[in-house]
Amino acid sequence: MSILVGRHTRLVVQGITGREGGFHAAAMLEYGTLVVAGVTPGKGGQTALDGRVPVFDSVHRAVAETGADTSCIFVPAAGAPDAVMEAVDAGIRTIFCITEGIPALDMVPVVQAIRDAGARLIGPNCPGATSPGQAKVGIIPGSVHREGRVGVVSRSGTLTYEAVQAMTDAGIGQSTCVGIGGDPIIGTTFSDILALFAEDAETDALVLIGEIGGDAEEQAAGWAAEHLADIPKVAFIAGRTAPEGKRMGHAGAIISGASGTAQSKVDALEAAGFRVAGSPTELPALLRDAGYAG
Amino acid sequence: MEYQGKDVFRRVGVPTTPQGRVARTAEEAAAFAAEFGAPVMIKAQVLTGGRGKAGGVKYCPDPAAARAAAEAILGLDIKGHVVRLVLVEPASDIDAEFYLSLLHDRVSKGYKVIASVEGGVEIEQVARETPDKVVQHDLDPTKGLDLATARHVLFSAGFPEAGFPDEDQAAALLVKLYEGFVATDATLFEVNPLIRTKDGRIIALDAKVSIDGNALFRHPDLAALDSSDDGDALEAKAKAQGLQYVKLDGEIGVLGNGAGLVMSTLDVVSQAGGRAADFLDIGGGADAERMTEALSLVLSDPQVRSVLVNIFGGITRGDEVARGLIEARSLQERDVPMVVRIVGTNFEEAARLLQEAAFETAGSLDEAAAKAVAASGGAAA
Repeated sequence: MSILVGRHTRLVVQGITGREGGFHAAAMLEYGTLVVAGVTPGKGGQTALDGRVPVFDSVHRAVAETGADTSCIFVPAAGAPDAVMEAVDAGIRTIFCITEGIPALDMVPVVQAIRDAGARLIGPNCPGATSPGQAKVGIIPGSVHREGRVGVVSRSGTLTYEAVQAMTDAGIGQSTCVGIGGDPIIGTTFSDILALFAEDAETDALVLIGEIGGDAEEQAAGWAAEHLADIPKVAFIAGRTAPEGKRMGHAGAIISGASGTAQSKVDALEAAGFRVAGSPTELPALLRDAGYAG
Repeated sequence: MEYQGKDVFRRVGVPTTPQGRVARTAEEAAAFAAEFGAPVMIKAQVLTGGRGKAGGVKYCPDPAAARAAAEAILGLDIKGHVVRLVLVEPASDIDAEFYLSLLHDRVSKGYKVIASVEGGVEIEQVARETPDKVVQHDLDPTKGLDLATARHVLFSAGFPEAGFPDEDQAAALLVKLYEGFVATDATLFEVNPLIRTKDGRIIALDAKVSIDGNALFRHPDLAALDSSDDGDALEAKAKAQGLQYVKLDGEIGVLGNGAGLVMSTLDVVSQAGGRAADFLDIGGGADAERMTEALSLVLSDPQVRSVLVNIFGGITRGDEVARGLIEARSLQERDVPMVVRIVGTNFEEAARLLQEAAFETAGSLDEAAAKAVAASGGAAA
C-alpha cells in the first residue's frame, strides 16, 4: 500500500514553470510519478516538460480536466499560503508544500483551513515523500531509494537523504519516506505519520529522524509507546554535540520543562522502545538488531 | 536581548520599565547611573535565561555601586555566553512577580498563552516542580485574544488570589502583548517577571522577544534591531549574507546544506575525534555564488585548519556547488586542506568537476569526517 503517495497518485505541480518547479517536476516524472498537470496563473494552455504536461491557470481547472488528487507546491514564499488555499478549495486532499521561508503567522490560518476541510498538508519547508518503485512527490533524490518495507519519517530534509541512502546501501528498502518539514507551524506531525504507517500493511519497521529543539520527538515517542509496541523502531537525533542555547529558541523548551535537548529526545524514544543511532550510518545495523529481517 | 525586547514592547504599547541605557564599560555604566540620579539595576545582556542566578543582575543604589556591579558582570560567562553589554535602567519597586508569555505552538499549530503566578524564576522549573501553577491556553487564531479571553486566562492562573488588585490592568496588558506579538510576526513574547510596582502599576520588568526570521522582510525596522553587535563578528557577517552560521571553538570548518545534515556532520566529526569550528548551513537551492560566499566565510576564521563540505543534493544541485567551490578555492589566499562530499542531485557531474580540479573527495559521511579530522592534524582516523 505505502502511505500518502503511490502508483494511484495523480499529481498537479503548482509553480511548474518556475526554475525549481520545472526541474523537480521533470525528476518526478522520470521517477514514474503520474504528473498529470501543472499550474501557473497566466500560462494556461501552454505545456511544460517538453510538451509532456499540460499547464493550467488554476488548480480548479487542473482538477476538472485531469482528475488531479495530490498537489506539490514550489510557489515562492510570498504566494505559497495562497497556493495551499487554492489547492484545498479545488478539492485536493493531499498537499505537499516544498516552499521554505513562509512566515509562521501566514501558515496558522492555512493549517486551520486544511483541518476544517479534512485535507492533509505536508510541510511547508519539507522535502516531500517517496514510495520507492511507485512515485515520488517533492525533491528527495530518487537515487537514494530502494523498494522495501521500512517506513521513514523525518523532520529534516537533506539528513533524510543521508539516512535513506545508508539504508539503501545496506540493502534495506523503504515502503514510504516522508519529510514533514522543520518549520514551527506544519500541517502534519511525526505522530500523524506514525499513525498512517501503523495502518499500512506494507510497513514492517519504522525509522524516525529528529533534531534538537521543540518537543515533536517526545510527542511521537509517547504516541509510539501506546500504539506501536510490536514493531521494530529505530531513531536518530541530529545535534547531540550542538552547543546548548546557541540556536535553540526558548519557545520549544518552555512547554514541557526539560524537553528539547538531544538527551531528552533520546531518553523518550528509548523509553518508547526505539533503538537510537549515534550516526545515520548506524541505522541499518540497529534495524537488524531490533529484529527487522526484511 | 532584553533591551531590544523592551524597545519592541515600547513600540507596540506594552507598559515596561523606563528607558534604560546600554553600557559597554564600567565607566559608562557609572555615568548612566549618575544621569538617572536614582537607584539603578545593572543587567547582563545575553541571549539566555537564568541571569539572576548567575550573578548577572544587580541592584545599585549609587553610581559607585553601578561601576562595581558592571565591572563584575562584564566578561562574566553565563551558560557559555560572555557578557559584553549591560543594561542600566532605573530600579523598580517590586510588590509582586508574575509570568506571561505568548508563543507559537507546534502541537496545536497555532498560538498559545502561558501564565503563572510564579514569576521571576525559570518557567521550565515551575512547570517541572509545580505544573498546576502554569496555565497554558491555546488561542483560536481566527478570534485572537480579546479582553474576555485575557481575563479568563488570568483568572485560571490564579492572578486575583495572588493579589492582583486590578486584573483589568493586567488583562489590558495581555491584549497589548498579543496585538504586538501578531503585529511584529513574533514567535515568542515572554515577560518574566511581569511585576506590580509598589505604587500599583503593572509593567514588564523583563522582555524576551523572538521575531520570525521568515517575516523580517515585512519589518525592516525590526531587522535593524535584530542585527545586534553583541555577537561574534563572523556571525554578524553571515547574517548580513543570509547564511546560517554559528561559530564554534574547534579547528574543522564545516559547511553543508540543511540544518539537520550539518548538525549530524558536527556529531560525526565529534565521533571521529575532531572538533568543529563552525556550523554553516548554506540552505536549499544554493548556487555557485552562494557557495563562494560560504567558503570564504568559513576560511576567514583563523582557527580553521581543515574544511569539510557535506552536500546532499535535493533542491540543491551538486554541480553548481562544485563550480562554486572551485571558484571559491581559486580566490582564497589561505591554502587549507579541504574534503568534499557531494551526493544526490547531479552528483555525477559534481564528481567529474571536482576530480578535474583535484579536490580531495569522500563517498560517505564517516569517510569525509575521518579525512577532515586527519587533515586538521587532530586525532587520526
